[in-house]
Amino acid sequence: MPKRLFPSLESAPLGRLQLKIVVCVRRVPDTASRVKIASNGRSVDATDFEYVINPYEEYALEAGVQLKEKHGGEVTVLTLGPEKSTQTITKALALGADKAVHLRSESFPDDPSCSARALAEELKSTEFDILLFGKKGVDDDNQQVGQMVAELLGVPCVTQILGLEVADGKAIARREVEGGSLIVETALPAAFTAEKDLAAPRYASLRELVAARKKPVTVKEPRSQPSTLETIAVQYPPPRPPGKVVGKGVEAVPKLIQLLHEEAKVI
Amino acid sequence: MKGPVLVFAESSGSQLRKAALEAVTAGRRLADELKVEEYVLAIGNGLKEIGTELGKYGADRLLVCEDPSLGLFHPEFYKQIALDAIRRVAPGTILLPATSTGKDLAPRLAIHLNTGLATECVQIGLENGEFVATRPAYAGKVLLKVKINGSPKIATLRPNVFTAKEIVPRNLSVERLLFSRPDTKMTVKESVAHDAKKMDLTEANVIVSGGRGMGGPENYKILEELAEVLGGVVGASRASVDSGWRPHSDQVGQTGRTVSPTLYVACGISGAIQHKVGMVNSKVIVAINRDPEAPIFGFADYGIVGDVFEVVPALTRQLREFYGKR
Repeated sequence: MPKRLFPSLESAPLGRLQLKIVVCVRRVPDTASRVKIASNGRSVDATDFEYVINPYEEYALEAGVQLKEKHGGEVTVLTLGPEKSTQTITKALALGADKAVHLRSESFPDDPSCSARALAEELKSTEFDILLFGKKGVDDDNQQVGQMVAELLGVPCVTQILGLEVADGKAIARREVEGGSLIVETALPAAFTAEKDLAAPRYASLRELVAARKKPVTVKEPRSQPSTLETIAVQYPPPRPPGKVVGKGVEAVPKLIQLLHEEAKVI
Repeated sequence: MKGPVLVFAESSGSQLRKAALEAVTAGRRLADELKVEEYVLAIGNGLKEIGTELGKYGADRLLVCEDPSLGLFHPEFYKQIALDAIRRVAPGTILLPATSTGKDLAPRLAIHLNTGLATECVQIGLENGEFVATRPAYAGKVLLKVKINGSPKIATLRPNVFTAKEIVPRNLSVERLLFSRPDTKMTVKESVAHDAKKMDLTEANVIVSGGRGMGGPENYKILEELAEVLGGVVGASRASVDSGWRPHSDQVGQTGRTVSPTLYVACGISGAIQHKVGMVNSKVIVAINRDPEAPIFGFADYGIVGDVFEVVPALTRQLREFYGKR
């Protein structure tokens, strides 16, 4: 965890809070993937993708597991996605989650509000103190689902957090904003969306991976709603002109300054 | 699409953010196309003279809500004020800057209004009378053209992409909204600045970034000096953030900030795809790297193959002379 937000809380006797923690996790293509447009021109071609846990959700999961290790309790992973998400769920269980709920659908709409409604529907009947999300998926970059789920459930939500501590039925989070951070205190239950480096993810050992396969996974069918956000076309960004090298070493500096002034007109 | 355009003009302290003026300009253009009025909503504490400024960027009507408890962004307070304003204005379109505040608030509004939201848009407009937005996905490896099923249409606009432009000032009408503090279980305790002087990367006009080639945190001093002479700020690659040399708020790339400054100077950065997607939309890219094979030279407008520890100080010195002479 990053530096302590509230040293006074740290020194107070904490007891075992037995936190119920839910972390929403899903699979995304690895960030190194090349992205090709599908032949219909309206979606991306997923055939060559290698999938991983969404990186922001890996930070969220680690933060959840660390809270459990400190305060006691349990971590449930909640995943909305196709059958192939099983691998992602196993990985999350190996990384310290205790059980999982898989809302399994092969053709769920690619729409943040639909995802949010399906997750909220499941969470309505789930008891939790802490609900964790990644701040966004690195595929669609929507950055909407965490706040939407929290609003549907009527629980407070702090987004883009870089630090989280829990004591006395309250949580204190550090939220990253332009030029600094905001310290936000909230009653529990509450939702949080993880910024990069909320907690440094651990590695799962082979033994943990094997043990993960024995942890309980409940499979359910999510209910979908009509889409509110529809992709009508996918394009590649306009290419940049090929690069030009001005010269080598210190001798090239006067030429660079001249080009920035006269040609690019940026200085 | 019937109904005015409503723009959330975010402030920071007593001032409007640059990204807010960009959104107001974009909103003006859209309102003209739709032949509707542009309303602007400002929320804060001690906002100064913003009416005159917003009129210059094309707003017709301003709704202001001020209260000592609104100085820092509180999602539940801001949400309630925005929902009240939306009930009053009945907008066809709502635009917000894609800042940390806008990105937090917009999904809350969308789900309450049972409509769709397009985030981080780089282009908005009408096609066959219908609202269409273009937004990057997969960190900008592709652009999605999206439409919204539902009303109002909501979009957040990526900072530094839309240009804030003054026009013939409008005679802006101002209405004050009363704030009745809702019950909340959340308290925004305090704001901690990283560095009071440092502008956020997404709003900067010039960024001087350092990568693994900088060798260590102490060497960023030469980049700070170059940034200072160019009136810019310092950024970093993932490698240097993961090494603990720079804070995450400095990171440019897929898991950091996406930036589009006028000038981006990449120093000791190889230009891997992870970094490239975060800065490729900069207007002008300069690369300084010892390795002539570095991918960054494939798309930098001006490259210098050389040692950053020699080239950067020379560039700083000569730029000082250049600015001194003018």
